Amino acid sequence: MDLFEYQARDLFEKHGVPVLQGIVATTPEEAKAAAEKIGGVTVVKAQVKVGGRGKAGGVKVAKTADEAFEYAQQILGMDIKGHTVKRVMIAQGADIAEEYYFSILLDRSNRTYLAMCSVEGGMDIETLAAERPEALAKVEVNPAEGLNEAKAKEIVEAAGFPADIQDDVAAVLVKLGEVYDKEDATLVEVNPLVKTGDGTILALDGKVSLDDNAEFRQSEHEALVDKSAENPLEAKAKENDLNYVKLDGEVGIIGNGAGLVMSTLDVVAYAGENHGNVKPANFLDIGGGASAEVMAAGLDIILNDEQVKSVFVNVFGGITACDAVANGIIKALEILGDKATKPLVVRLDGNNVEEGRKILNEANHPLVHQAETMDSGADKAAELAHTA
Amino acid sequence: MSIFLNKDSKVIVQGITGGEGSKHTARMLAYGTNIVGGVNARKAGTTVTHTNKDGQEVELDVFGSVSEAVEKTGANVSIVFVPPAFTKDAVIEAIDAEVPLVVVITEGIPVQDSAEFWAHAKSKVDANGKQITRIIGPNCPGIITPGEANVGITPGNITGKGKIGLVSKSGTLTYQMMFELRDIGFTTAIGIGGDPVIGTTHIDALEAFEADPETEAIVMIGEIGGDAEERAAEFIKANVTKPVVGYVAGFTAPEGKTMGHAGAIVSGSSGTAAAKKEALEAAGVKVGKTPSEAAQLMRDIFAAK
Repeated sequence: MDLFEYQARDLFEKHGVPVLQGIVATTPEEAKAAAEKIGGVTVVKAQVKVGGRGKAGGVKVAKTADEAFEYAQQILGMDIKGHTVKRVMIAQGADIAEEYYFSILLDRSNRTYLAMCSVEGGMDIETLAAERPEALAKVEVNPAEGLNEAKAKEIVEAAGFPADIQDDVAAVLVKLGEVYDKEDATLVEVNPLVKTGDGTILALDGKVSLDDNAEFRQSEHEALVDKSAENPLEAKAKENDLNYVKLDGEVGIIGNGAGLVMSTLDVVAYAGENHGNVKPANFLDIGGGASAEVMAAGLDIILNDEQVKSVFVNVFGGITACDAVANGIIKALEILGDKATKPLVVRLDGNNVEEGRKILNEANHPLVHQAETMDSGADKAAELAHTA
Repeated sequence: MSIFLNKDSKVIVQGITGGEGSKHTARMLAYGTNIVGGVNARKAGTTVTHTNKDGQEVELDVFGSVSEAVEKTGANVSIVFVPPAFTKDAVIEAIDAEVPLVVVITEGIPVQDSAEFWAHAKSKVDANGKQITRIIGPNCPGIITPGEANVGITPGNITGKGKIGLVSKSGTLTYQMMFELRDIGFTTAIGIGGDPVIGTTHIDALEAFEADPETEAIVMIGEIGGDAEERAAEFIKANVTKPVVGYVAGFTAPEGKTMGHAGAIVSGSSGTAAAKKEALEAAGVKVGKTPSEAAQLMRDIFAAK
């Protein structure tokens, strides 16, 4: 889960990272009240989970609370790279003397953590990395040790900070490392990290990604989810512990195992090229178990997607053999009753495939079509979606 | 021959008394895997009983620690079925007990935990500087050497012993491929898992299959996210002489959406299926557009032999 800047700011504050005041607002009135509360010069900042908001006009300096009102009015509702601005953060103005860059992230390729730091902050970091790689220090952080004081000193030295502020910057990096560690983050980025006129080091912006797998020990993270941005079908699937992603298409997909379902999406998209360009409507992985109840819950969600015209059930029977899966499908259709209205193409393969197909044949459900292979099933489902 | 696992491997189960651990201990034993015991600190001193391949009942000791289990049984493989909250400690315990192969089935482990136990594994080296513990997974179906041993949750009866080596990020796609090519059969099949941080990589498996005299060809299954397939492609180009067939899932996956596996997410331009296919083809790998096309490419290779 990626956080909004204001949420990152709050997490920073919680872990003792020096930040300025910031108050989130969803209306111009709230923005004005926030600016009055903070006092003096403020910055009205669009809260979107995408970069480049400054260039898009989503960040404005307000000298007075009335100006904050005006800018909030302009920025709220603005579209920034396909993201509608629903919130602004009113941030205290800062007297910036220098701008730096810092991030710590999961380095997948090397199976470790990587800290990146530069005394040339403020600009787009990809550009800096491409044009002047020598200006961006990259230092490995051992996951078993974390970003401790010694490591922070190594980073600020590698980045070439002037000696007189090295200790101050290192102290802030240790706190940012604490945010990364304690919050189960996969990314903590500050751009810019600044030195103010009086020499204080501050995190003026924040980008944080959190690990969804850590939810069981991060009870406070649930509150950070942006419910307004959640697709209602995705929200419902989540309540049922189903792994569902809504896509833009007409063929509903159910399968077992993430890889097989991804593969099914591809095969359906290829088949769609011959059938009016219909596309997969979703990703839904019901897992290895594939019980009748889970199958019913999954089918229910897909059949509630108005865009869906046909459904392709693609299951490889492993430990849960095909006969059990076939019984699950029949039982799921019984549970759904009149709610099941769209044609279902079922492809079973693997353990006890003959028995599974026999069960479906004998049930002879009017909505169920059987397919022998994944490719022919995808073709049939695409055809049914196109002609529906 | 096979890689990493054979009929002589002695296996212990961490979490042998739990729901999943118990179910799969029974399956692995029935397959013929030489399970020699299990670990659960709270149930140390008790035993569990399951039926082996020959229909005989086997009483397995439950030990209080991995090191005790290793000492008493001579185990050289451990399979981990403990819940996500306890997995990091369980894996670190196995590493400290110097178990040569640790297979982590558990799904949903926080990635910082995986990064930590990997860092720990990397730090434990023998006198020659070689890492002592190989980790497979987490969030994977495990490893199977058909006809000899099955350490994981792969359905044992979908394929047989043969000439293909298989390495895959995905469980069910592995099963699909093993089933489609069951007439040619497999030396060893390894599910390395789809998490962002994993132990054994595509490259590790490719290197081992290249060195294994009985493996005649290799299937490599990848999916979107990260750059493991691109790196594997570079490795193949430089080091692999055996024919390799590839398949990559997720051509139609949109940017920024996680598709089931925590690692299967496309961010920016990197990690797309198209980029991976291109890299593999540039390395001489025949890449199927669908799993069945990949299986057919493998059949063609054996038909031409």
